[in-house]
Amino acid sequence: MTTRDRPLSPHLQIYRWQWTMLLSIVHRLTGVALSVGTLLLVWWLVAVAAGPETYAAVQGFISHWFGRLVLFGFTWALFYHLANGIRHLFWDAGRGYALATGYASAWVVVLASLALTGLAWLAGYGII
Amino acid sequence: MSYRSPLARARGLGSAREGAGHWWAQRLTAVALVPLCLWFVIGLLEVIGEGYEAAADWISLTENAALLVLFVVAAFHHAQLGLQVVIEDYVHHEGLKIAGIIIVKFAAILLGFSAIFAVLSISFGG
Repeated sequence: MTTRDRPLSPHLQIYRWQWTMLLSIVHRLTGVALSVGTLLLVWWLVAVAAGPETYAAVQGFISHWFGRLVLFGFTWALFYHLANGIRHLFWDAGRGYALATGYASAWVVVLASLALTGLAWLAGYGII
Repeated sequence: MSYRSPLARARGLGSAREGAGHWWAQRLTAVALVPLCLWFVIGLLEVIGEGYEAAADWISLTENAALLVLFVVAAFHHAQLGLQVVIEDYVHHEGLKIAGIIIVKFAAILLGFSAIFAVLSISFGG
């Protein structure tokens, strides 16, 4: 490749850090995490198809504290990626580009992801 | 205003020759996944702690099985499109990049089909 030694265009370290950058990076991280997490979905479905003996292993995982922790992280990653994904769809439609709107929608995404995660787990434990 | 001729614009699908196909598929699956994810989480919360029978009964209902298949298709299509972009952005060695993309696409198809066959066997066999 002839381009190997050429300087790269201004990259991450050039820009002043601002926290909307964090949301963008976390969107990507949660996307990768959710992709890996689909293994859990497939495991769950295949275990139900295989029968009660195989399903006991899944049940063991989701009743163990570590399994719960993984599922909790999975829930938050899902709601974050979902909420921020909707924010991205608004951008794709050409809306929400004003600086103040971008910061406001960032707050909405963070708070919505936390609130929905809390709601889901309260409902899961039968509290609400 | 564009400096490209109408013919160039019609032919011009970019260096990968797929135009906005990848971008558009990512958005379509994203839109589909908004209601499907919410439906899945709500449904899962009903059965997740309730043992084998509850899970099997829920999945075997025809409407749940159909929506699960749609959810799995949309989720794995969306995931492999997204992972492809991540690999293209960060893996600069051409061979590793192609290998990574192939592995991601094959894994998505393998896992997606496993999930669909599981849902269908629960729904039809149960």
